[in-house]
Amino acid sequence: MKRHATTLALLAALAIPLAAPAVAEEGKQGGSIIVTYKDDIVTLDPAIGYDWVNWSIIKSLFARLMDYKPGTAELTPSLADSYEISKDGLTYTFKLHKGVKFHNGREVVAQDVKYSIERTTNPKTESPGAGFYDSIAGMDAFKKGKAKDVKGIAVVDPATIKFTLTRPDATFLHVLALNFSSVVPKEAVDKAGKDFGKKVVGSGAFMLADWKLGQELVLKRNPDYFMPGVPKLDQITFQVGLEPMTAILKLEKGEADFAGDGIPPAKFLQIRNDPKYKDLIIEGGQLQTGYMTLNVQMKPFDKLEVRQAVNMAIDKGRIVKIINNRAVPANQPLPPTMPGYDKEYKGYPFDPEKAKELLKQAGLEKGFETTLYVYNVDPNPRIAQAIQEDLSKIGIKVKLKNLAQANVIAAGGKPKTAPMVWSGGMAWIADFPDPSNFYGPILGCAGATNGGWNWAWYCNKELDERATKADSMSDPAKAAERAQLWKTIFTDIMKDAPWVPIFNEQRFTIRSKRVGGADALFVDPVRIPINYDHVYIKG
Amino acid sequence: MTRYLLGRIAQAVLLLIGVSFITFLLLYILPADPARQIAGRSATPDTVETIRKQLGLDLPFHQQYGRYLTNLAQGDLGRSYAQKTEVAEIVAARLPATLLLMTAAITCELIIGLGIGIFAAVRQGSRSDSGAMVLSFVGVSTPQFVAGILMLYVFAVQLDWFPVGGYGEFRHLVLPALTLGMLGAGWYSRMMRSSMIEVLTQDYIRTARAKGASERRVILLHALRNALLPIIAMIGIDIGLFMSGAVVVESVFGWPGIGQLAWQAIQQVDIPIIMGVTLVAAVAIVLGNLVADLVAPLVDPRIRIR
Repeated sequence: MKRHATTLALLAALAIPLAAPAVAEEGKQGGSIIVTYKDDIVTLDPAIGYDWVNWSIIKSLFARLMDYKPGTAELTPSLADSYEISKDGLTYTFKLHKGVKFHNGREVVAQDVKYSIERTTNPKTESPGAGFYDSIAGMDAFKKGKAKDVKGIAVVDPATIKFTLTRPDATFLHVLALNFSSVVPKEAVDKAGKDFGKKVVGSGAFMLADWKLGQELVLKRNPDYFMPGVPKLDQITFQVGLEPMTAILKLEKGEADFAGDGIPPAKFLQIRNDPKYKDLIIEGGQLQTGYMTLNVQMKPFDKLEVRQAVNMAIDKGRIVKIINNRAVPANQPLPPTMPGYDKEYKGYPFDPEKAKELLKQAGLEKGFETTLYVYNVDPNPRIAQAIQEDLSKIGIKVKLKNLAQANVIAAGGKPKTAPMVWSGGMAWIADFPDPSNFYGPILGCAGATNGGWNWAWYCNKELDERATKADSMSDPAKAAERAQLWKTIFTDIMKDAPWVPIFNEQRFTIRSKRVGGADALFVDPVRIPINYDHVYIKG
Repeated sequence: MTRYLLGRIAQAVLLLIGVSFITFLLLYILPADPARQIAGRSATPDTVETIRKQLGLDLPFHQQYGRYLTNLAQGDLGRSYAQKTEVAEIVAARLPATLLLMTAAITCELIIGLGIGIFAAVRQGSRSDSGAMVLSFVGVSTPQFVAGILMLYVFAVQLDWFPVGGYGEFRHLVLPALTLGMLGAGWYSRMMRSSMIEVLTQDYIRTARAKGASERRVILLHALRNALLPIIAMIGIDIGLFMSGAVVVESVFGWPGIGQLAWQAIQQVDIPIIMGVTLVAAVAIVLGNLVADLVAPLVDPRIRIR
């Protein structure tokens, strides 16, 4: 989550540059940079870390079977040299890259891959990523403690690992590229126990050099990294606990190279328009949608007309202005850079008159009272006020509940509690660049449970079936057909209007003059804020 | 004296148990669910339930609290939900920075606050008196964020005398301590002024003046010592406040104090850390007040410890 405010589970904001060219290797090796953050680095354990700050640090410390080409959302084998998918889409066989070493000097073998995924999915680890692996055969028995290992993960020989799935899963390669699939050495985990998150050993481009809790973290180049010429930098220092505003001052004075939290909202226009910063700010899309949920199980949002009316009553353009044009108005759940986004779809127009008419049809011409739950950190309360004002114009009186993040999430996940929730600050940001990640938990039936993330409580069995069908198309040759299927799922959802999609946020990265690298590296879709492995010092 | 101390310590223990009980209860009532927070959004209800069991969060309140107290009695503050590390270790890592900033800030507050307070008291009713009091008022009402950024901009960016935030050396300490000192000095100056004015009307001051003591001697030797009593009590309270963290100044200057830790833990519903920080702050408040009470008789022999 790119707000500086804290957080849980806000993940890798993913942006896909449309025609994604791979980034050419350039720049010399050497030098060091300083990166600042407001929030502390809570853990570097790849099975646990799931926030804005640690996500891309973990990417650089550990390696996984799959990864993405730098600056793009295009999958590529990483720890794996090659892989094969069986015709039925149920078995995945990976050949490991030879001679890869952990930071402790031991060679990475297939058993480590099996161990690492079993560690992530073991309930004792309490990993927030455990839910991604449920398509692997035997996972359920393992999680419930009925099996000692996951049957579907087989070590064929030290350099070969085979996954067997219970159903074809088109997202499986993405899952293996998630941080939670990072390969860790068992002996180091056993030695550190619960403190592994502070004493990490991986096989990534950088290794841990020094960590002063709550102050700074220093990474140094892994001289034995298996990708030649990577990383470019010798050292990265992360300084934490700094206000975004202070970070900008540091950058201006040359005491920092990256403001990890971006440009503070209050300074945004000033910095954006300052010629001094013109070449230092890189803008990119983001796989994020800000939306308002309408609880279809609660009156009067059980009526389609009412949900459509709300969709037509909100002036999205004005809301985008409120946040200084750091976003573009949205009309569907998927963000524009996600495969499956429907460019032709127009969505509900802004039309308060038509909205009033729809309310009349629903028998609510006098309007009604309802409540909107909002995360209490700027700019969310201001956005909620704009929504409140717009809805009052068609006779809907909205009471605002400004609460701490965890409380909003709790209310959204409780049946018949929150009629409307504004997702800002907790918004769904994709874990990986695939449309299915925008469906199941937040719009599918599975998420409409106590404690779930489907805060509209929308459950359409027919769409669930189509989603399952789309995710079974794991043959890469069918990618276009699959995207098409997803496209219709999301536009059909909008017919039922359980959400009001409001906007898609844009990313703005600010760097110091001395740092070089292709623009795509600074708005890398999977490594937020930047791709630490490939940027370099000019000169 | 020993009896007095033992009594105070017993009081303190009861107080801490009370604080821990209330904090624990509030966190228990809170509608946010730590198990869900940990499990992440991809978790099934089963997984959330398993984690809840592992953390003992499924137990009734009295059992959870009883468990916490038992561990606490053995010096175990538990492990952070988010970081998985020992709370004691996490809090201890923040303590030196917190203590350092506290000491430096209170020193600044005293130097500035007492100076202005005495200055205003001896000129009571004059224009400089009102001027000084307006200044104090401005100080206590200026937002820390604004003052901090301004200090950074002027002294670190424009004049380049200090680094822009950070921790480790004396030069990192100056700006945050000065910011806190300048803003907090207002409380001390107002307190000092009224206390001093009261003391200056006392008979022994008239006697001292009648004996021909210089005004400087009267103020600094005779009056100051007696006027200090309420200030000492105030320092005791101040220590407590600083130990629970100066969140805003800490984050403006990137100072790794306890306030930032507490703030982040609250956002993440990291109950063990919230409890740990609360208890450390409570201990500090109790100790601060105890020390203030013990120092008082040294300043004013009329006060006896019983």
